[in-house]
Amino acid sequence: MTISIDPQKTNNESLQPKGWLRYFSFSLDHKVIGIQYLVCGFLFYLIGGSLASAIRIELASPMSDFMPRDVYNQVLTLHGTIMIFLWIVPVVNGAFGNYLIPFYVGARDMAFPRLNAVAFWLIPPSGLMLVASYFVDGAAQAGWTAYPPLSITTPQSGQIIWILSVLLLGGSSIFGGINFIATIIKLRRPGLKLMQLPMYCWAMLGTSLLVVLSTPVLAGTLILLSFDIIANTGFFNPVLGGNVVVYQHLFWFYSHPAVYIMVLPAFGLVSEILPVHARKPLFGYTTMVFSIMGIVVLGLVVWAHHMFTSGTPPWMRLFFTIATAFIAVPTGIKFFNWVATLWGGKISINSAMLFSCGFIINFVFGGITGVALAQVPFDIHVHDTYFVVAHFHYIVYGGTVFIIFSSIYHWFPKVTGKMLYEKLGILHFIITFIGFNLCFAPQHWLGLNGMPRRVAEYDPQFQFVNQISSLGALLMAISTIPFLINVFLSVRNGKVSGDNPWNALTPEWLTSSPPPVENWEGEAPLVEEPYGYGKEISERK
Amino acid sequence: MLNKNIYLILIISLVFAISFWIGFNVNLLPTEASINAPIYDELFKILFIIGLIIFIGMTIAVIYSLFRFRKRNDQMGDGIALEGNLSLEIVWTIIPSIIVLLIGLYSYNIYDRMGGMKELNHNHEMMSSNSEKIWAGISQTSDNEIAINNLSIEVSAMQFAFLFNYPKGNFISGELHVPVDQKVSMKMESKDVIHAFWVPEFRIKQDIIPGQPTILNFTPTKVGKYPIICAELCGPYHGGMRASIIVEEESDYNEWFNKNKKPEVNL
Repeated sequence: MTISIDPQKTNNESLQPKGWLRYFSFSLDHKVIGIQYLVCGFLFYLIGGSLASAIRIELASPMSDFMPRDVYNQVLTLHGTIMIFLWIVPVVNGAFGNYLIPFYVGARDMAFPRLNAVAFWLIPPSGLMLVASYFVDGAAQAGWTAYPPLSITTPQSGQIIWILSVLLLGGSSIFGGINFIATIIKLRRPGLKLMQLPMYCWAMLGTSLLVVLSTPVLAGTLILLSFDIIANTGFFNPVLGGNVVVYQHLFWFYSHPAVYIMVLPAFGLVSEILPVHARKPLFGYTTMVFSIMGIVVLGLVVWAHHMFTSGTPPWMRLFFTIATAFIAVPTGIKFFNWVATLWGGKISINSAMLFSCGFIINFVFGGITGVALAQVPFDIHVHDTYFVVAHFHYIVYGGTVFIIFSSIYHWFPKVTGKMLYEKLGILHFIITFIGFNLCFAPQHWLGLNGMPRRVAEYDPQFQFVNQISSLGALLMAISTIPFLINVFLSVRNGKVSGDNPWNALTPEWLTSSPPPVENWEGEAPLVEEPYGYGKEISERK
Repeated sequence: MLNKNIYLILIISLVFAISFWIGFNVNLLPTEASINAPIYDELFKILFIIGLIIFIGMTIAVIYSLFRFRKRNDQMGDGIALEGNLSLEIVWTIIPSIIVLLIGLYSYNIYDRMGGMKELNHNHEMMSSNSEKIWAGISQTSDNEIAINNLSIEVSAMQFAFLFNYPKGNFISGELHVPVDQKVSMKMESKDVIHAFWVPEFRIKQDIIPGQPTILNFTPTKVGKYPIICAELCGPYHGGMRASIIVEEESDYNEWFNKNKKPEVNL
């Protein structure tokens, strides 16, 4: 059965505002919702980034002197929660997924446009609620992991608002996941086979499976935790006979796959960007698809590597070590394939390409420390230290956030019909890359030598290295300035891009820029070879 | 073609040489002060070298590609239409699989040498009731040895301090004193939230969990004063939750012990 969406019905033009106002409306257009996700996510990125700056200012000196200690814990909790649930997950899934997936499958909208709008509009209120909880009675201060019994014993209102907010965001994520699966499986244009889809579709299919399988577990866990807090139940409260380690198992059953929910879409996006700017087909399409699915399966059975010091029994430690380390194999395949995609190409060195290459270098580094962290004896020393902080920032910032910027440079002409300024973009890349590595590379040493994470004060011998790290953070904060200037200048008076400035072959470029409400004036084109670079036009199908 | 291969071999051997040199000459770790530490550092060195080879190799490949295959101004058109190479893809699936497997086996061996694979200590002398669930952190001794030779200490963690109870001396100390080269066996329990006992110089860490006592065994090998750090977020003063472990010669330890020992009270 094929569901066909009548564009006239879903986008009742008399009801939908025109121009920029539609971005503030309950629009059902997947492109509008995608941009809503992106802009909303970026605003929360600025909030989360300010919180990160506050953390780095506090850590520039070994004493707790910049803010009260409990406020520091609220800041680090909000920083983690905002960056994960309000910036990275909504942007790499919601923003790019909504904008691109219907184009890639040759549809005029997502399978469930109203569910799509609901999924987006859950985000602003829950995000505002989370931030506002600071002004109620203090925000949650048990970390983004909210381990009981700390989360049960800290001030309740902040923790409960945190739980409600994360539940709503989880709901939004599940709605989005269902929508992506339905769209990719059921809304494909007739004649378009699964193995002809652009790689981002496969990444989103895998990601959405993880979202749908694991997010409900987090929701259930947080509901039980809220019962412990407000109704004095004893699921996780040791005073009442509860088990705190069970919470950790349930939490990480979602939160490790959450890492793949944050990086798999980035893997998909970089697979779209590299072939276009290297003018070469994506190397090893089939192995890429299998490695995505391999990561999905393995990603579900590695959660206890976050708990090697929680007293997990030896056999469990061994199993989770091996399973975790093996994720390096499918992940490694993808990185070798991307380098092979560059090899022998005709590479345009532009902002999108530089951010993508920065992603490869940063992520390889984060992946290597990841394999080391998977080894139980290695992990026991550095668990809960700045080594781990450095590792996951290499994955989620050096990896995913670099790809978000790369994608913005790549698809900006599609969305606005204008080009971003290349020189400002390259400046943005250089400051971000230097700032990021200056901020996080020294933190590996801090962790190895005895600085635990989530502390407001530390041994004075670590002051110098912490100040280097804070300097890097300052550069990262500065790096958003050329980016914002670039976006505002380009939207107003950027060079007109034309429909397909990159000469790309994927379907979203085969319509006007910006695209019409129905995506294509006529029938959706059948793109059987989205990566057919280097072939004569007649050879392409 | 021959020239190309020679350059490739030259670059690969250079990457290996640099990685090995850095691996053996750059020390990123603190002092080794327990029998666990040199074993840990051996694993670290191996992982560091393998990691460096992969990282430097990949970085060179990316930067070289950007430079060598950049689009010159006069160039139009696309690169070669190379969609894959099955044998190459098989190679870079199998080689990483073997490396990962070998690392896994090696770290299993390291973990075993640290004593991590020993059975849980169900006969621990300090265990008061059999219904209590006891987990081992890193156990370095068999059960019998614990009962006979070890210095047994009970650790209580609370917001925001560690207390060390010496049952044989019937006293509680805020500083952990242990004699050098002697096995120490600790039973740890938290009074409130989750804490963690971490001594970076010993390369050991174990969470201290409310309601579920945990065990941590270690043998210090170097006289000195080292920090004990709480590594699990436990509240506003988490960063200040620290104590010291003082490793001393047996005679010094005995002097300290006898000074603090309280006589048993017989009623």
